[in-house]
This record gives sequence, structure tokens and C-alpha cells, in this order.
Amino acid sequence: MKTAWITALALLVTSALAQPAAAQTLINGAGATFPYPIYSKWFDEYTKVDPEVRFNYQSIGSGGGIKQVTARTVDFGATDGPMSDDQLKAAPSELLHIPTVMGAVVATYNLPGSPKLKFSGDVLADIFLGKITKWNHPKIAALNAGVSLPDQPIVVVHRSDGSGTTYIFVDYLSKISSEWDKKVGRGTSVNWPVGLGGKGNEGVSGQVKQQPGALGYVELAYAVKNNLPVASVKNAADKFVAPSIASTTAAAAGAAKSMPDDFRVSLTNPPGDEAYPIASFTWLLVYKDQPNELKGRALAKFLWWMSHEGQKYADDLLYAPLPTPVVKQIEAKIKQITYQGKPLLAAR
Amino acid sequence: MAVVAAVPRVEAQATPRNFGDQVLGVVLRSAALVLVLLVLAMVAAMVHASWPAMRAFGWRFLTTSTWDPVAEQFGAIPFVYGTLLSSLLALLIAVPLGIGAAIYLAELAPAWIRPPIAFLVELVAAVPSVIYGLWGIFVLAPLLRVWVQPALGKTLGFLPLFQGPPYGVGMLAAGIILAIMVVPYITAVSREVLLAVPNTQREAALALGATRWETTRIAVLRYGRSGLVGAVLLGLGRALGETMAVTMVIGNRPEVAVSLFAPGYTMASVVANEFAEATSDLYLAALIEIGLLLFVVTVVVNALARLLVWSVGGPVKAVRE
Repeated sequence: MKTAWITALALLVTSALAQPAAAQTLINGAGATFPYPIYSKWFDEYTKVDPEVRFNYQSIGSGGGIKQVTARTVDFGATDGPMSDDQLKAAPSELLHIPTVMGAVVATYNLPGSPKLKFSGDVLADIFLGKITKWNHPKIAALNAGVSLPDQPIVVVHRSDGSGTTYIFVDYLSKISSEWDKKVGRGTSVNWPVGLGGKGNEGVSGQVKQQPGALGYVELAYAVKNNLPVASVKNAADKFVAPSIASTTAAAAGAAKSMPDDFRVSLTNPPGDEAYPIASFTWLLVYKDQPNELKGRALAKFLWWMSHEGQKYADDLLYAPLPTPVVKQIEAKIKQITYQGKPLLAAR
Repeated sequence: MAVVAAVPRVEAQATPRNFGDQVLGVVLRSAALVLVLLVLAMVAAMVHASWPAMRAFGWRFLTTSTWDPVAEQFGAIPFVYGTLLSSLLALLIAVPLGIGAAIYLAELAPAWIRPPIAFLVELVAAVPSVIYGLWGIFVLAPLLRVWVQPALGKTLGFLPLFQGPPYGVGMLAAGIILAIMVVPYITAVSREVLLAVPNTQREAALALGATRWETTRIAVLRYGRSGLVGAVLLGLGRALGETMAVTMVIGNRPEVAVSLFAPGYTMASVVANEFAEATSDLYLAALIEIGLLLFVVTVVVNALARLLVWSVGGPVKAVRE
């Protein structure tokens, strides 16, 4: 008994002493919940690449991520919607947006027999504006020749919690419909003209499954995992495209040509025949000039790894990987990260 | 909670006390003081954080009903309405049920059945609210949509309360979920209160020839009235502040609708839903002002309930009757 105590005590003391000897760099981050599964996978895998670095990521929401990185209580932030010019100005020094992966938002519905449906942006906007209220409306029927649409009211279901998923969806509707843009606009929460609010993807899909005639929107990953019926949507090239990982990556490839230097770009309704139109980047927010050399270098190395080797984990977790032209643009951006004006990554 | 208010109080002695008593007095007094300070600090923090919204909207915050985070127009009416209506609905269902069950457990039930039921009641009180919410989405809402709401619409549809399309989720579902969550609290506390009623009360009533019902009504319920009010207020407090389960079934639509079938929204729900992704300062301040308002509403409702009870019968003077 006594020896057991002494052993335990000895273990405690040695482990306490061993702690500082390992000299690990702990990098704290906070923000978006949508990319949390792949971020935690990356942070876990990255300990094999560089055992000296540990990441601690709190998925508290994009709003919290922006706030905390601005207040410098974390080393990096993460967001599903780009920061506004005002928010960037409020930050103590220049913040970079680094795209990590892409997600897509899909329309899912509850109709007898789950027929494959096609929508165009203006029909979706009219439904969510409350102008189209029945499934057999001529505008829906015109897009879906051969599908028998019931004479049933459409029960609109949207997210009730503030969410990047909502932002992507209403950003798309705002681009397509000037009426939506004027009446409702873009945001992580909006003043919905019609419909029921469900909390989270599971709340929306739960209500869609329960309500005959319901129409809602959820993340692509969530819809695929749960085998929900999803609609094809007409893109900017007038093609109907089914949502998938490939068509989401195609959306970013289509937007690559006109990519702004700071990556603060909406991918909704991009050019390209294969592009699915309701897609978006999710970003990490890092300071261009890092306050700590050790942490800054570790962070820059991680970003490089994430945008190259890390991308292979995206598919399994149902995120769309970055297309090659965008990765090239990101490389240039990562090289701009400095400590006291000196670049942190040696030329590669 | 005034559960023990019926117990006669021993007056503190004015004679000088020993050192131990003085230390105890100081410790207990500071414990009570900390509670008061905590509440004041909460109010101060919320007022400070919601100042931008107060300055921007003033009283309009309390008198308008548009909630538009994009245009940054915020009005709290639908949330206040939803919180009050769903809690009222919950109490309408839960009070008769909870106090009835407590009377049965304390007065009528055979002795062997009391402990298992009392145990079950306390078990139900410990179920996490997200479980109630999921049950609400997947069991209660379809049940309401397919059976209850059409039936209500057919029989009582002439009342504006029971009109409109049956979605399942909505104010009615929220009220029922809250009632289910509140019943165990009301039952458990009421049962303790009734058990604390001295047996001499019952014996006296029975000796005067009262029936069982008369004994319960005159000797037991009236004696324990203040404690029962405490039980109901505890339930009310839980109903006003409940967040997760309500959010999952109320439909989350910031609208003032008379029909119980229509979706609604509560103060706690909107804060829980929108706080994490609220990025602009004014938006955040408006959400915190909702939190402050919830605090004020809770205090006012509790005070009104106490006033109501006092005006009906005065603070407990049961023994004389």
C-alpha cells in the first residue's frame, strides 16, 4: 500500500518535471463550427508531422472567432463568412483570410416518392419569399417536366440559429434575386419572410422529414451522410448541376480566375459548366505580421501543410478540397506572413 | 422559495452572544450579501453591454416587433410574448397535474406505492432538456400534427386559438414540452410541502366530521399554500428560462400570433440561437438587451404572482382556520 503511494507520488513529480522539458508550442484558435470536423482531423494528423506543435481549437462560431482574433485572445480565428471592411479596420494589425476547404448548401425536401427535383435560383428565392406557396406552381412544374407535383402547400424550413450555412444560402439568393437582396439581404441570421426555424442541420432536416411538403436547406455533408433527397440547381451557365464534392470544387475553380487578392470572395453563382452554385470557402484568419516568431512559424508551416497534404483528408469528411489554381494563390499568401517584417517561411 | 415559511420562526435573542455565534453570523451574512451582489453585478454587466442597443432604439425596443439582423432593426415584442404565452400554457397544464399528483402521493396513495413514484418523479426532473427537445421533434410534433391539431381545429376551430395550418411544431408544442418538464418540479416540491403539514391539522379536521376532500382542502392545502406557491414559482422560473427544448419545437418565428398552432419564439431561444454568430456590435447588444429583458420579466412575473397570492388570502395564517 505504502509503496503504491510512493510510486504514484514519484510519477506525479516526474510528469510535472517532464512538462516544461517537452517545450511544446501551443497554438490557440477559435471560430467557425462548420469546418470543425476537418480542423480537428488536421490538428490531430499534424502532430505526426510536427510533434512540437499542439493546436487547441474552440468551435464557438464565426462571430466569436472574429471577435477573439481581433482581441488577440487567440492566435488564429476561423470564419464561414468573410470579415467586413469595418471589422478588418477594427483589428489591431492586418488580418489575412486563408481559405481552407469548401462546403456547399443543398435544398432538401419531403415529397411522396422523393422525386429528383430541379430548381433555379429565382424559383428558390420566390419560394423563400413566400411568393410560390404550392408545389404544383407552374414555375416549379416548368423546371421539372415529367415529375408529378402534388397540389400541396410548401412548408419552408430554415435555420433558426445564426449560421454560415444560412449565410451561403441567402448570399446566393441575394445574387440571383434583387427582390431578396432588397427585402431580406445577407447575414448569418436574417428576417425570414416565411417558414419555420429549426436549430442546426439536424433541426432543419428533422422538420423536413416530419412535414409532408417541406423544403429546407442543409449542408452538403449532412445531406449526404443522412441520404436526404437533394435538388439540382441551375448555375450561371444555365446548366442544372447536382450538389457533390466535385461540383463544389468546380465552383471554386470557376471563381479562381477572378479571385481577389485577399480571398474575401463569395463563391455563389460562379461561372463554369460544372459548378454547383451554392458553395463557399471557409477561412482561417491569421495576422500577417505575427507577434511571436515561434508560434508564427509553426502556424505558417501548418497552413502550408493544410493547403497541400492536408487536402487529402477533405473528401472523406465530405468537404470539397481546394482546386490547384487556388492553392497556388494561397502559397503566395502564406509566404507573406512575417515576424517583425521578416518572412517566416523560407522560399520553397 | 418560501417552502418553509409556514414553520414558526424562533426570534433571535438580543443578549450578547459568544464568539462562535458572531463568526457564524458574519459568515452567513456575507453569504447572503454575495448573492445580492452577484445579481447586481449581472444587471450592471448586462446594462453596460446592451447600452449601444438601448441608445439606438430606446423604448422602440419594447414596442416594435421587427427582428431584422441584416438591417439592424430590433424589436423584442414577439419574444416577450412567446416567453409569457408558452410559460402560461405550461403552467395551465402543469399546475393541476403536479399538485394533483402531489396530493395523491402525500394524502391518498397506499404507503408501498409512494417511494417508487416519488423516485420516478425525481428521475424525470433529471432528464436533460435536449432529450425533451428531440422527443418533441420526433414524437410530440408529429402526434400533434396528425391527431391533436386536426381534432382541435374541428371541434374548437371557431376560437382563434385553434386556427391555421397544423405544423406540429409551434406554441402548443412548446407549452406541452414545458409542462412536461415543469411537472416533476411542482410535484416533488409540493409533495414535500404537504408532507410537512402537521398531522394535528388533519386530525382536527377529521374530528370535526370533515370528509377526506374537505380535510385536504381546508386543513392541508390551505396550511401549505405558501409552500405550494413556491413550488409553482419554481416551475414558472424553469419555464421562463428554458432554452434548448423550446427552441427545438417552437418553430422560431418572431411573430405575435394568436393561434397556438402558429410558430413563435422566446427570449431565451433567440439568445441561444443567434449569440454565437452575432458579429456586429449593435446586434450583440440587442441580444444582451433581450437577456436583460428576460431577467426583468422573470422578476416582474414572480413579484406579480406573490402579490396575487397575498391579495387573495394574505401571507399564511392557516392555523387559525
